[in-house]
Amino acid sequence: MEYLSIVFHEVYKILFLLVPVLVSVAMIVWLDRRVWAFVQKRQGPNVVGPFGLLQSLADALKYIFKEIIIPSSSNKVIFILAPIVTMTLALIAWAVIPFSATQVLADINVGILYLFAVSSLGVYGIIMGGWASNSKYPFLGAIRSAAQMVSYEVSIGVIIINVLLCVGSLNLNDIVIAQQNMWFVIPLFPMFVIFFISALAETNRPPFDLPEAEAELVAGYQTEYSGMMYAMFWLGEYANILLMCAMGAILFLGGWMSPIDVYPFTLVPGAIWLILKILLLFILFALVKAIVPRYRYDQLMRLGWKVFLPLSLIWVVLTASYLFYFNLLPVN
Amino acid sequence: MIAHAIFFYTFSIIAVVSAIMVTASKNTVHSVFFLILDFISISCLFIMIGAEFLGMIMLIVYVGAVAVLFLFVVMMLNVAQQKNQWFAGQATSKHIPVGLIISTLIFFEIIIVIGGWKYKPEIFDINNSLANASVSNTHSLGQILYTDYIHVFQISGMILLVAMIGAIVLTFRQRSGVKKQSYIKQISRERAEGVEVLEVQSNKGVKIDD
Repeated sequence: MEYLSIVFHEVYKILFLLVPVLVSVAMIVWLDRRVWAFVQKRQGPNVVGPFGLLQSLADALKYIFKEIIIPSSSNKVIFILAPIVTMTLALIAWAVIPFSATQVLADINVGILYLFAVSSLGVYGIIMGGWASNSKYPFLGAIRSAAQMVSYEVSIGVIIINVLLCVGSLNLNDIVIAQQNMWFVIPLFPMFVIFFISALAETNRPPFDLPEAEAELVAGYQTEYSGMMYAMFWLGEYANILLMCAMGAILFLGGWMSPIDVYPFTLVPGAIWLILKILLLFILFALVKAIVPRYRYDQLMRLGWKVFLPLSLIWVVLTASYLFYFNLLPVN
Repeated sequence: MIAHAIFFYTFSIIAVVSAIMVTASKNTVHSVFFLILDFISISCLFIMIGAEFLGMIMLIVYVGAVAVLFLFVVMMLNVAQQKNQWFAGQATSKHIPVGLIISTLIFFEIIIVIGGWKYKPEIFDINNSLANASVSNTHSLGQILYTDYIHVFQISGMILLVAMIGAIVLTFRQRSGVKKQSYIKQISRERAEGVEVLEVQSNKGVKIDD
C-alpha cells in the first residue's frame, strides 16, 4: 500500500511536469510561426483564438482526425516505433531539468551526461523512420541527419566539458549554483555561440534543416508519415528544440537563477526565470530560421568538423590552463 | 527490495533475450536494433548497481555513436542478398566451429575471473578509494584514472588515435578529376568578375564562352 502511494506520488509529479511541457510545445509552435511571420512582415496565424493562440490546438485536431497511412512495403514495426521513440526521448529528458533548487523530478549526479545521452539518442527516431519507410527520399534524409547529428554532438560534448571544468560537478543544480556570481555566458561567450549553432544543427533547425530540405528531399524522413504519426515527429522535434534551449539556459544563462541577485527579483520563482530564458533562446532560434538561408551539405560538415570541433577543443585547453594557473579549479 | 529485484530481472531478461536476437534475427538492421536494446538494458543494469557514470558513458559512446555507425553501414548493405544465412537452415557455414571455440574461451575466462573474485577477494582490492561511499563514483573514477593509472589511460588514448589515423590512411585515396568547391574562392568573388553588362544587338544575341 505504501509502495503504491509512492508510485502514485511519482506519477503525479511526472504528469505535473509533462503536461506543461506538452502544452508549451504547442504554444511554442505558434510562437515560432508568429516570430517567423513578423520578421517577414506577415501576420502569421492570428485567426483561431486570441492572437491565434489556439492555432496549434486546431492543427492537432486536424492531425488526429486524419488517416494514418502505413506504406505496404514499409517495415511496419519500426515504422510505427520511430515517431514513438522520437517523442519519448524528447520527453524523458525533461526529468532532470531543475526548475529551482528543489523543484526537479530526478536530481541525479550525472544530470548533464543524462541530458547529453538522451539528446544523442534522438537520432534513432529519424534513422528508424527513414529506413523503415523503404523509400528513397526518407532514406536520404535519414542518412543526412544521422551524419549531421553525430557530427554536431561531438562539439556539444566538448562544450559541455568546458562548462564542467568551471563547475566540478555533473549535477545540473550544481551547474546552476556555480553561476551565482557570474553566468558562464560571459567568460565562455565563444562557447555559447558555438553551442547555440550546434543546437540548431542538432535539432535540424534552419539553416541546418537538410534532413527535411523540402526543395531536395520533399520532407526528408517524414515523407511517408501522415496523421498523428507525423504530428508525433513534429511534437518530438519541438520538444527537443525546447530541451536544447533549456540546456543552453542551464549551462550558460544561469538556469533558474534570477539575473540580478537583489530583493524584488529574488521573489520571482526560479521556474519563471528558467522559462523566460528558454523563451529568449527560442526566439533567437526562430529569428535564425527567418533570416538565414539553408547551408549546403559540405559547408555543414566543414563547419562541424573543421571549425567547431578544433575551436571548442582549443577552448578546453585554454579554460583548463586558466583555471589551473590561477588556482581556480573546483577541487573538493 | 522486491522492486529492485523486479527491475533487475526485467533488465537482465531483456538484455539476454536481445543478445540472442542479435544473432538470431534474419534481418541485419533488426539485429542492430536488438544490439541497441541490449546496450540500453546493460546501461540500466550499470545504473542499478550504482555505477551511474559508466551507465551514461555506455549510452553516449555505444548507443549514441558506435551503434549509429553500425546502423549506418548495415542500412547500406544489400539486404536481399543475405536472406539465406545459417540460421535459416544452411549447413555449409564454416563459421560455426570458430564461433564455438571463441565463445567457449570467453566462457572459461569469465569463469576464472569470477572464481578468483569469489575465493581470493584481496587480489582485486586494488584501491580503496573506489569503495569510499562518500564521493560520487564519477569523482572516484577520476581520482583513480588521472593519478594511479594516468600512463595506462594516456597510452590507451594514443592507441585509439593511432587506430583512427590508420583507418583514415587505409581508406583515403586521392581521386583525380574531382571538382572541389573552395568556399574561400566562392565568398571572395567580386561583382566585377561575376557579372558583365552587355549591349545586346537585335538578331545577333550574345556569345557566351565557358
